[in-house]
Amino acid sequence: MSSALPDKMPDARPDETSSDQQPADATVVLGGQEISRALTRIAHEILERNKGGSDVVLLGIPTRGLPLARRLAAKLAAVEPTLQAADLVGSLDVTMYRDDLAHHPTRTIGSTDLPGDGLDGKVVVLVDDVLFSGRTIRAALDAISDLGRPRAVQLAALVDRGHRELPIRADFVGKNLPTSTHERVRVLLEETDGRDAVLIEGGAR
Amino acid sequence: MSPRKYLLQNVAPYGGARTSVLLADGVIAAMGADVSDDEATIVDGRGLVLLPGLVDLHTHLREPGREDAETIRTGTRAAAMGGFTAVHAMANTTPTQDTAGVVEQVWRLGREAGWADVHPIGAVTVGLEGERLAELGAMADSQAQVRVFSDDGKCVHDPVLMRRALEYVKAFDGVVAQHAQEPRLTENAQMHEGVVSAELGLAGWPAVAEEAIIARDVLLAEHVGSRLHVCHLSTAGSVEIIRWAKSRGIDVTAEVTPHHLILTDELARGYDPTFKVNPPLRTQRDVEAVRAGLADGTIDIVATDHAPHTREDKDCEWAAAAFGMTGLETALSVVQETMVDTGRLTWADVARVLSETPAKIGRVSDHGRPIAVGEPANLVLVDPDVRRVVNPDEQATKSGNSPFRGRELSGCVVATFLRGRATVLDGASCDEDVVVRR
Amino acid sequence: MKHLLSAADLSHKQAVRILDTAGQMAATQAREIKKLPTLRGRTVVNLFFEDSTRTRISFETAAKRLSADVINFSAKGSSVSKGESLKDTALTLQAMGADAVVIRHHASGAPHTLAHSGWTHGAVVNAGDGMHQHPTQALLDAYTLRRHLTGAGDPSGRDLAGLRVAIVGDVLHSRVARSNVQLLHTLGADVTLVAPPTLVPVGVDAWPAEVSYDLDAAIDTKPDAIMMLRVQRERMSSAGGGFFPSPLEYTRNYGLDARRLAAMPEHAIVLHPGPMNRGLEISAEAADSPRAVIVEQVANGVAVRMAVLYLLLSGSGATTETNETKVDA
Repeated sequence: MSSALPDKMPDARPDETSSDQQPADATVVLGGQEISRALTRIAHEILERNKGGSDVVLLGIPTRGLPLARRLAAKLAAVEPTLQAADLVGSLDVTMYRDDLAHHPTRTIGSTDLPGDGLDGKVVVLVDDVLFSGRTIRAALDAISDLGRPRAVQLAALVDRGHRELPIRADFVGKNLPTSTHERVRVLLEETDGRDAVLIEGGAR
Repeated sequence: MSPRKYLLQNVAPYGGARTSVLLADGVIAAMGADVSDDEATIVDGRGLVLLPGLVDLHTHLREPGREDAETIRTGTRAAAMGGFTAVHAMANTTPTQDTAGVVEQVWRLGREAGWADVHPIGAVTVGLEGERLAELGAMADSQAQVRVFSDDGKCVHDPVLMRRALEYVKAFDGVVAQHAQEPRLTENAQMHEGVVSAELGLAGWPAVAEEAIIARDVLLAEHVGSRLHVCHLSTAGSVEIIRWAKSRGIDVTAEVTPHHLILTDELARGYDPTFKVNPPLRTQRDVEAVRAGLADGTIDIVATDHAPHTREDKDCEWAAAAFGMTGLETALSVVQETMVDTGRLTWADVARVLSETPAKIGRVSDHGRPIAVGEPANLVLVDPDVRRVVNPDEQATKSGNSPFRGRELSGCVVATFLRGRATVLDGASCDEDVVVRR
Repeated sequence: MKHLLSAADLSHKQAVRILDTAGQMAATQAREIKKLPTLRGRTVVNLFFEDSTRTRISFETAAKRLSADVINFSAKGSSVSKGESLKDTALTLQAMGADAVVIRHHASGAPHTLAHSGWTHGAVVNAGDGMHQHPTQALLDAYTLRRHLTGAGDPSGRDLAGLRVAIVGDVLHSRVARSNVQLLHTLGADVTLVAPPTLVPVGVDAWPAEVSYDLDAAIDTKPDAIMMLRVQRERMSSAGGGFFPSPLEYTRNYGLDARRLAAMPEHAIVLHPGPMNRGLEISAEAADSPRAVIVEQVANGVAVRMAVLYLLLSGSGATTETNETKVDA
C-alpha cells in the first residue's frame, strides 16, 4: 500500500532519454519544421486573442511544456518588441496536485518558478506538449488557484489527442491528432531529447 | 507390570566398536556381540552412538512461579528429548529455591514426572538478594541433597559474601556456581559491548564485567581452599583466566553453553530478542576461544542454561524483552556440529563434557557412569548422520524461544533410557499411555 | 525501501533525492498558501512514546501541509507497561488504517521491530529510537549544510563532498550523532567527533569518522560546520553514571563559546538539534550569533519531513521511476 523510496533515482534534470528510443512501429506525425510552424501560429494566436502580450504569462508544465513555453516566449518577443521573453515564462509543476499519484511509482517533483510579478491579474497561458484526459490541466488549475488569482487561464497544447475525461479544452492547438487509447503519443524536443518530432506508437496491443 | 527389558543391538558405545547391550532391572545387565534375551524389546542400533545419559548442570525449569513458560514436567520431558537423564534446576524460581522446603518440592515434582532426575540447585543468598547466606546446610541435608549452590540470574558480587559461601559449602562437599557479572559495570546492559552495540545504540555488557569477577573468585577459592564452578563462561579473556587458575592448581571448573559455541553478537542486528541472552552473545573471536577451551579441557563441561520464556516476554522491542534461550533439545546437536564434526572432540569427549564431568561436579553418583555391566542404565542413543531443521513449535519445551529456529543441525537423539526405562524411543517421547514402538 | 528506519539504509542517490524533494517542498512553504493536496486521504499516526513536542509538531505540520489526516498518540503515562504496549498499540492503529506510523521510542530498535513484526502494514518512519537513529534529523542537518555550504544557486543534485563537519558532545548516547555520521559519510563529507573519552562508545573505531578529545584542536583544522549535541545534565553526576566530573568542566573543555566561535572559519555555521542547554554545551552568544542556523534547522525539518512522507506515501510502491512516461495529460 505504501510506496517505496525508489531505488532507481532519476536525474533531477529533465529526462535525457535519447532519440534512439524510437521503436520500429512508431510513426512520425510531425517533424521539426511542422512543429516550428505550429508554434509560430500559436504565438500569433496568443497575441491576437489577448490583444498583445503585455499581461500574458506562459506557464510551462514540466517536463516538455517548459521548453515549449520558452520557445513561444521567444516568438512572442520577436513579434512584439516591447516584450522580454524571460519575463513571460514560468514553470508550473503539478505533481503535488495530481489525482493519480497512488497509481504510479513515486514521481519526482519539479520546480515551480513564477515570473517576478506573479500571477495576480494576469492571463496565464498553460503550455503542455500533449492534451489527453485533461487531468494534468485540472491539477494545474488547482495549483494556480493556490498561487494567485489570474484574470484568465488559457491552454496551449502542441498536440490534442482527444479522449477527454473532464470538461477541459485547449484554446490553442498545434495539431489535432485522433488516436486510439491503445496508442501512445510521444513528443520529442531538441532541448530534452536531441531532436524535434511527434510520434505515435503502438496500435493494437 | 514388570519393567521392560531392552536389547540395544548393534550400538557403538562412545562411537567405538559395535556391540549389543541388554538393559534389565534398571541396570546394564549384559554387553557383548552375542547378547540376547527373548523377553527384551529389541532396539536396532544400526551402528548408532551410545553415550551415558547426559547431565545438565544448568537448567531453568521455571516451576514454581512461571509455569506459563515451563513446568518441571514439560522441562524434563524436553530434557529427555535432548538425551538428558538428569538436570540441575536453577534456584531463581518464585518462591526462590532457598529453603529445604522449596528444594524438596522441586525434587519431588521431578520424581513424580519421571522424565529425568531433577537435582535442585540451592540459592546462595536468601531471595537471591545478595545480602545474606541462605540455609545452605539445610538444603544439603534435605531429601533433595543439594550440592550445587547458585544465585544464577544474578551475581554474588559482594566479595565477603562470596568468600563466606565458598568456605561454608566445604562442610558438605558443596560447590558455589557463580554467575559472573559485575552489576555496576552492566547496569541496564542489553548486549555485548563492542562494535555492534555501538552501532545499534544498545547499552553494552563488557567482557571485563565477567572476567573481573572470575579473576576475583578463583583467587578467593584458592585462598580459602574451596572448589568453585563458573557458569556459562563466554569470553576469550575468561578462558585465559581459567587456564591460568588451573595451572596454579586452583580447584575451579567451568561450563560453556551451546549457544556460546556457535552464535555471535552480529545476530542482534535486526533487534530480534530471540538472541537476547545473559551473558550476551559475543564476538567470533570469543566463539573460537571457548571452542578451543572446551577442546583442551580448560572448559570442563557444556551446560545448556535452558531458559524458556513466554511469547509475550520476547515478542516486543529488544529493551523490554527477557534474557534467555531454550536449549535442552538442541544441545547435543550443537556440540556435535561445532566440536565433533570439526574433529575437535571425540564422542568419548562428548560423554565427558556432557555427562561424566557434570555428574562429578554435581556429585551425582548414579549418572555419568561408564557404559559397563552393572552400571545404572542411564543412556542415550544418538544418530549422528541425520540433519534436521529445528522447529521450536514441535519441541517438547513449552516455550518457543530457540535461537536455532529454521536452522539445520547435525544429529538427533533416537532413544533415552532412565534407569532402564525408555523416556524417548524412535526419536519420540514415550508418554505413558502411548504404545512403545519396537 | 518501504520505511525510513536508519540513515544507514539510504544510498547516496536516495539521500540526494530526499534533499532535492525537500527543496521543492521548502519552495511551497514560501508561498502564501502552504497547503498541498498531495496526501489527501492518507492517515499519518504520530506514535510518540517519548516526550517531544518539537519533533511531533514538525511531523504533524509536515503531514497537514500535505493534507494528510493526523492522529497523535502519546504513550507516556502510567498505563503503559513494558513491551505489550508497542504490539497492542500497533495492532489498534492498524485497525484504524494508518498509512504511515511516525514512531519515537525510548528503546533502540523499536521502529525496526514495528516495521518487521507484521503488526502494521503502513510505512514506518523513525522519529528517534533510544540511542540508535534519528534519520530525519540527519536529513534536515544535511539539507541545512547543503543550503549554506555548497555554493550559490539551486543546490539540486548536489551532495556534501569535501565538506568537513565537527560533531561535538555526548556521542555515546546520541542517536543524532549516529545518524549524522552515517549520512554525512554517505554524502561525501568528512566527520570528526569531539567528545570526552567517557562519552565515546567502545567500537567507534569502526565508524567512518575521526575522533578527537580536544575541541580547540578540532576547531584549528577549520571545519566548515560544527554541530553541538545536547548534553544531559543528569549524566554529569555520579548518580547518573558520572560521565563527567561537573558541568563547569564540561563547558570549559567542550562548550562552544564566543572565543571558539571566533576561531572558526568565517563561512562556518553552527548547528544544534535542540533543545539547547544554553550555557552548558553552547553559550548564549554562540547560540544567538548569525552563524547559528538553529532556527532555520527547525523550518528545514518541516520541508524534509514533507519530503519523506511524500516519498514514502504518494506512489504505488513500484521501485522504478517512470516520471517521464506521461500516461495522462
